[in-house]
Amino acid sequence: MATGHFIEGIAGGRLSSEQYADNFSDLHPPLDHHEALVESDRCYFCYDAPCMNACPTSIDIPLFIRQIATGNPLGSAKTIFDQNILGGMCARVCPTETLCEEACVREVAEGKPVQIGRLQRYATDVAMGEGKQFYKRAEPTGKSIAVVGAGPAGLAAAHRLARHGHDVTILEARPKAGGLNEYGIAAYKSVDDFAQAEVDYVTAIGGIDIQNGKALGRDFQLADLIRNYDAVFLGMGLGGVNALRADGEDADGVANAVEFISELRQTSDLSGLPVGRRVVVIGGGMTAIDAAVQSKLLGAEEVTICYRRGQEHMNASEFEQDLAAANGVTIRHWLQPKRVIAENGKVSAIELEYTAMSGDKLIGTGETLRLNADQVFKAIGQSFVPAHLNGSAEQIELEGGRIKVDAEGRTSLAKVWAGGDCIFGGDDLTVSAVAHGRDAAESIHRALTSNGRA
Amino acid sequence: MADIRNNFVGIKSPNPFWLASAPPTDKAYNVERAFKAGWGGVVWKTLGEEGPPVVNVNGPRYGAIWGADRRLLGLNNIELITDRDLQTNLREMKQVKMNWPDRALIASIMVPCVEESWKAILPLVEETGADGIELNFGCPHGMSERGMGSAVGQVPEYIEMVVRWCKQYTRMPVLTKLTPNITDIRKPARAAHAGGTDAVSLINTINSITGVDLDSFAPQPTIDGKGSHGGYCGPAVKPIAMNMVAEIARDPETHGLPISGIGGITTWRDAAEFMALGAGNVQVCTAAMTYGFKIVQEMIAGLENWMDEKGHASLSDIIGRATPNVTDWQYLNLNYVAKAHIDQDACIKCGRCHIACEDTSHQAITSMVDGVRHFEVIEAECVGCNLCVNVCPVEGCITMQPLAAGVLDQRTGLPVSPVYANWTTHPNNPMAKVAAE
Repeated sequence: MATGHFIEGIAGGRLSSEQYADNFSDLHPPLDHHEALVESDRCYFCYDAPCMNACPTSIDIPLFIRQIATGNPLGSAKTIFDQNILGGMCARVCPTETLCEEACVREVAEGKPVQIGRLQRYATDVAMGEGKQFYKRAEPTGKSIAVVGAGPAGLAAAHRLARHGHDVTILEARPKAGGLNEYGIAAYKSVDDFAQAEVDYVTAIGGIDIQNGKALGRDFQLADLIRNYDAVFLGMGLGGVNALRADGEDADGVANAVEFISELRQTSDLSGLPVGRRVVVIGGGMTAIDAAVQSKLLGAEEVTICYRRGQEHMNASEFEQDLAAANGVTIRHWLQPKRVIAENGKVSAIELEYTAMSGDKLIGTGETLRLNADQVFKAIGQSFVPAHLNGSAEQIELEGGRIKVDAEGRTSLAKVWAGGDCIFGGDDLTVSAVAHGRDAAESIHRALTSNGRA
Repeated sequence: MADIRNNFVGIKSPNPFWLASAPPTDKAYNVERAFKAGWGGVVWKTLGEEGPPVVNVNGPRYGAIWGADRRLLGLNNIELITDRDLQTNLREMKQVKMNWPDRALIASIMVPCVEESWKAILPLVEETGADGIELNFGCPHGMSERGMGSAVGQVPEYIEMVVRWCKQYTRMPVLTKLTPNITDIRKPARAAHAGGTDAVSLINTINSITGVDLDSFAPQPTIDGKGSHGGYCGPAVKPIAMNMVAEIARDPETHGLPISGIGGITTWRDAAEFMALGAGNVQVCTAAMTYGFKIVQEMIAGLENWMDEKGHASLSDIIGRATPNVTDWQYLNLNYVAKAHIDQDACIKCGRCHIACEDTSHQAITSMVDGVRHFEVIEAECVGCNLCVNVCPVEGCITMQPLAAGVLDQRTGLPVSPVYANWTTHPNNPMAKVAAE
């Protein structure tokens, strides 16, 4: 009987328990004390540092690194948290290679940037390990604010609002807080239940009430919030998954990558999580990489990412692409799904069509390719589902299919702010969501305390 | 191939790299290892009087400061002279000298400042076959409290007196080792010269506290909660040592007096710099204590390579070559104008030049040009101070470029004068001398 990689179809238990543990251990193990000192010594303490300007939350990176170097990791953590209260998770999941570390002058000088992400993790780990809280709530203002979604944007907004003395209620559809930090990131980037630990650390400031299982449009309406709270922050992310638009995509074995990732994060026994022998992932972003790499780590024999454009168009960073390659994932370009082929209702192969650019338009060339597959993951992007928002109140203005906001995060509705992936113009990064939440909170605070429009 | 054989006051060694009197030259075992590694000579760890030897502390003897990546930059010590029996040292010295006749072996000596003491020890040392003696007038800790070491070195009259005794009671060349813990290094050098010394060696270590333990509030190194000033050495003291060497080399009263240069020498380049300023050879300690004896191989190869490249055939071609260029501030050419220049291809845009200039100097470097991060010297503001060069992490990225005579200095609005002119004749100088008609 076939075992391990070679079990046909979608099956669990492909690996030994040691292999599972090893495969899903920390992708970037933390720096120890000595390593942190050596690495922090490399920072040049640049003027108007490019790394800092590349950070969506504008963390004062040279300062926090200098604080590590001088034996003050708690001070360092505070420098980080001052700008980004989710600095711990961002240290783990930020694509630093396209943000701060790409901008590092030592990347320019030597092709070897200071490992800013790992240093940030070092400092924040020290503070969180000690349970050190840096912020106290201001005197209660008597104002209450509803936050929809306990993801990075919502948590950042809630923390900043709580600091200013407001009472915050977070309404979260899922059973746990954390949003994509909890449900949407590859397991090896957030080990030891870090997302929950971070939620606890953030909410320890007090004044934040998280209510789980409360979905907008199902359990409450936006109009209720506008009526019952002094302000509302919308940070519910993206609810929809884009369809393949390929024939037969409802066959058994075709699944959404985000659901697979979420299930993997929530499972307590990885051996019980089934995966195909031959997996095809359709898409070119971080989600495609996370799904593909984790399929491989769960014991799939053959994992192929198919992306309809070229390597240079992929949203996944170079580091992520290399990570996939290093794990044995094949990335193929210029292929779009055409037809899912099923046997007895179960996917057995996928037919793809080669693509090419015709002027600035992507076209199918007519030539096709068939890849055997017993599992196909859709990772071609998520979309905002506006239906939950409307119908109960004045229409909120959208742009590009997502919520339109101004520079401070104000929507077209009075008393309503928004941030994170659900707004237009973002880059779908955790760190950007934190920046949105934080800045919207400041805007809300200004509005509430100056008797502005709220 | 350059000839780096060294003849220092008649003491011959295959290269100019000696180990200074210090822990690395404490006993035959170390010295044999040093000679095997290639060291040209050693100054044996300082001998004391016959009788019960000194004792050392039994806690830390060293303290240090570090640069990036914990590079040791400065070391201090509170170790005393040899704590071994005199006869043991003498016996070992004799054996080592017999084993290594081509290497220099110098005996460092420190005995009480009385004629009888010096008279007694010198024949014993001479009997070992040592090539010379070095008078330890430098140690700033412990022994100085007993009227020896730097307690002698700080009183020029004592120096002259002891040197005279030594010249009287031994045929061996006498090197007088000077303490830097003194205001004007020329005074002890002149005194040693007057006493007839064959050479001076400098610097000995500098009084120092390397750190304070902020839990116990005790100076470091800490012995049972207390600390005492120790002698500071290593790369950090090199500039101080080089100035002192140059001061003696260019002093008309001591000009030509052989100098053995000591102080933070770590590489061949350091050695070449000391020798250019007037040292006839060099002594090394901290670098060996940091990296082991093998470093001498880099020093030998590096010095030879540089001399070959530059066409210097022997050490006499380089010794003292920079001495004439050491002058007083008042003689520096005030008509010389240099401006910083940033090589944009080499620039990594860290901005340290900008912020150093902007916050602490002359606001002569941009940070932004046409909305783009760009660091460029504003010649109209640049006084040529060199701070940007010194803070730039990329060697060679910022350079000081002299303006040719006749070129407009945008800062002053005047063309650069071709004429040498210094402070002595400057109109702003109330003491200015009128140039002769």
